[in-house]
Amino acid sequence: MKKALKKGIVVSLVLAMSMVTAACGSSSGKGSDTVELMNVSYDPTRELYENYNKAFSAYWEKEKGQKVTIKQSHGGSGKQSRAVIDGLKADVVTLALGYDIDAIQKKGLIKEGWQTKFEKNSSPYTSTIVFLVRKGNPKGIKDWNDLIKGDVKVITPNPKTSGGARWNYLAAWGYALHHNNNDTNKAKEFVQELFKHVPVLDTGARGATTTFVERGIGDVLIAWENEALLSIKELGPDKLDIVYPSESILAEPPVAVVDTNVDKKGTREVAEAYLKYLYSEEGQTIAAENFYRPTLESVKEKFKNNFKDLKLFSIDEFGGWAKAQQEHFSDGGVFDQIYVPSK
Amino acid sequence: MKTIAAKRGVLPGFGLTMGYTVLYLSLVVLIPLSALLLNSTGLTWGKFWDIATDARVLASFKVSFLTAAAAGLIDAVLGLLLAWVLVRYDFPGKNIFDAMIDLPFALPTAVAGVSLTAIYSDKGWIGSLLEPLGIQVAYTPIGITLALMFIGIPFVVRTVQPVLQDLEAEVEEAAATLGSGRVRTFMSVILPQLYPALLTGFALAFSRGIGEYGSVVFISGNMPMKTEIAPLLIMSKLEQFDYAGATAVALLLLFISFLLLLIINTLQHRLRKTAR
Amino acid sequence: MAGSVPMSPAGSTQVRTRSLKETGWVKWTLIALASLVLLWLIVLPLIVVLAEALKKGWDVYLAAIVDPDALSALRLTLLVAVITVPLNTIFGVAAAWAITKFRFRGKQLLITLIDLPFAVSPVIGGLIYVLVYGEHGWLGGWLDKNNIEVIFALPGIVLATLFITFPFVARELIPLMEDQGQHEEEAAVTLGAKGWRVFWKITLPNIKWGLLYGIILCNARAMGEFGAVSVVSGHIRGETNTLPLHVEILYNEYQFSASFAVASLLLILALVTLVLKGWFTRKNAH
Repeated sequence: MKKALKKGIVVSLVLAMSMVTAACGSSSGKGSDTVELMNVSYDPTRELYENYNKAFSAYWEKEKGQKVTIKQSHGGSGKQSRAVIDGLKADVVTLALGYDIDAIQKKGLIKEGWQTKFEKNSSPYTSTIVFLVRKGNPKGIKDWNDLIKGDVKVITPNPKTSGGARWNYLAAWGYALHHNNNDTNKAKEFVQELFKHVPVLDTGARGATTTFVERGIGDVLIAWENEALLSIKELGPDKLDIVYPSESILAEPPVAVVDTNVDKKGTREVAEAYLKYLYSEEGQTIAAENFYRPTLESVKEKFKNNFKDLKLFSIDEFGGWAKAQQEHFSDGGVFDQIYVPSK
Repeated sequence: MKTIAAKRGVLPGFGLTMGYTVLYLSLVVLIPLSALLLNSTGLTWGKFWDIATDARVLASFKVSFLTAAAAGLIDAVLGLLLAWVLVRYDFPGKNIFDAMIDLPFALPTAVAGVSLTAIYSDKGWIGSLLEPLGIQVAYTPIGITLALMFIGIPFVVRTVQPVLQDLEAEVEEAAATLGSGRVRTFMSVILPQLYPALLTGFALAFSRGIGEYGSVVFISGNMPMKTEIAPLLIMSKLEQFDYAGATAVALLLLFISFLLLLIINTLQHRLRKTAR
Repeated sequence: MAGSVPMSPAGSTQVRTRSLKETGWVKWTLIALASLVLLWLIVLPLIVVLAEALKKGWDVYLAAIVDPDALSALRLTLLVAVITVPLNTIFGVAAAWAITKFRFRGKQLLITLIDLPFAVSPVIGGLIYVLVYGEHGWLGGWLDKNNIEVIFALPGIVLATLFITFPFVARELIPLMEDQGQHEEEAAVTLGAKGWRVFWKITLPNIKWGLLYGIILCNARAMGEFGAVSVVSGHIRGETNTLPLHVEILYNEYQFSASFAVASLLLILALVTLVLKGWFTRKNAH
């Protein structure tokens, strides 16, 4: 045993050392006939980009005769943004909200004015915020004001840790504002009342969906439309119904090229083409098939039965993300005051 | 070297092992941790104080420390029982029993959190039995404590086990020949020798519990002021790109844990001396 | 009080004299109680994992495990464990030797510093390496210039895992070696034995059980770590995803069965190491 142990330690040491050196020396050179892209994205886009990457690879090879492999990274939007800032070599970022891309821009990795580089605010596809209820809608939930009635329990993730939850929160705020003659105090009261009906604050959108569907907690889940449609498909059309409120927010998940990284790697051309192709007929169709609202008219028309028309207001109503973030979600902001009365 | 070694006793290797220990400790732990301290740019004493005295931060610390302490204590008792049975008795299935103890480490913490929530939520296997009794486990501090107990139990068993194995039979035999009953022998002869190991086990389970994130966020419900744990606050500050704020909470957490560990370790050292 | 003959854990009961045995009912009550605790605290959650994993049948289970992404995650996880466990084992033995065989000031402080990684939230455990090696970290500029990837690549994952599993072996050995004292080693040295020989012939046989536990715990934790690794991994599919991260991905894709199947793979890996330990124990007992 002693000998064996001695030998074992020596062997594993040598192994460990050789692996460390091997790992350190692996920076690959690339030929011009193949190119590699890294797309750093947020959680709910996995299915979308899995399909889109295949389509784009085929398109690019046909167009330029160049093979492109796309590496995908998914995670919470804010976390992904931090990873890029800290050196994750993303060529493109496709995140949940502009605020997270602004943060990368502030560090100088993305040039200013990124939101005008591509059409439609650099948001090739959009979504909105809707309700998911139990089959048959036993609590009779039709609109935002039904959420604060009686003992209705609402599931939404924590806006402090989830980008999606910030859209949820702002959608509720906007509704209350419009129904109270733009009185911010009334809106604040409404949102505060709403969060009193929230028994569990998950850290992410998918966690909240699981709490609602699998754990059976709550009467209504506030969710992205694409997430709601997907979870009905994946988790049971026999268990859930979708409810569209009278109005909601236009959620624009934006995309951008990470300038510093593509210039260093020499991948600008393909990276820009990758994002631009999202606006093409094929790209838009894939987005629609994955429950994102297309922005191209022809595809919109084709899928118009899948996406209900409803009154949508945009983030501009809150003065843009930077302002909304500062006012509502920063420490001591309106959201925090729901739980800790301001001094 | 030689003179130092001579002063410390006849055993060789102090310079080598101590040097290596300090070097490795610095490289892997101390230098990276000091990055935390030095990187808190924009963190003035004023801001640090504001964060340290913030009601929400205080509430989350209370939740974290109380649940971790409760879990550590319960683990110490249950862990002693498990270790005792494993060391002292032979019974069918003992090997599997022994193997099971370590599994909480192998299971990713998030999976542990999800399964525990599945068991204890209102619709879960145990949760649905408790619900009519008005007992709620998931999304309350009890749920957090349970998750931390799961995470911490191997620490206690595995620290007590080797010491229990090494206990001299002679001492016990002597006590027995002198007419001590079994319970008496246990309380006055065995237990005192186990205190240091038990305390270590508790300290490890406890400190692990304070920092735990993955398993807790699923079962805690994360309600501010009620079931929000301190590591979650760090996460939500990072999410706002508030590195300084996150660092402040992390440092505070680190400092308190460090003090508690130091106290426990010193106490344990004393106990060991008196047990000799 | 050092025992000159290390006791074998498995067969230790029969050497004890009758006076040390509890009466039958006490023994069996304790065993029953312990089994209940084990069932409730540890086995129940594991059953949930297995039940969920097999909910959709063996086909889904197997498909989840042989999925290329799962296999590459498995490879990465094993690689990380193979690198980190030996490094921390060597450290643990050295630290335990220095701490238990000699007197010096600040011993408790040193032990506490070794404990520290347990108390640090895993998220912070990852973040500190980002602060040192990340783009804006201390070494970031230099690493970038020389094209060395640390964060969001294998070295970063190894570092974070080293940090998380840092104290295990040392912590397991320190109480044990403190109990054993240093008389035997001192006797051997007085009789003229050299340092390494003393270690291999006397210390190692005395501490082998504690050492083995330490290594097993360290290994299990190295393979199961999620939080810290998640911060430094970058989540690049098929490249920097470890098994625990792959579990999370599948779970977030609503592939609950597949996700738990991969989680159960981690459990099986842990069981394999434990069975190996049992085998060692038995072989050594005779």
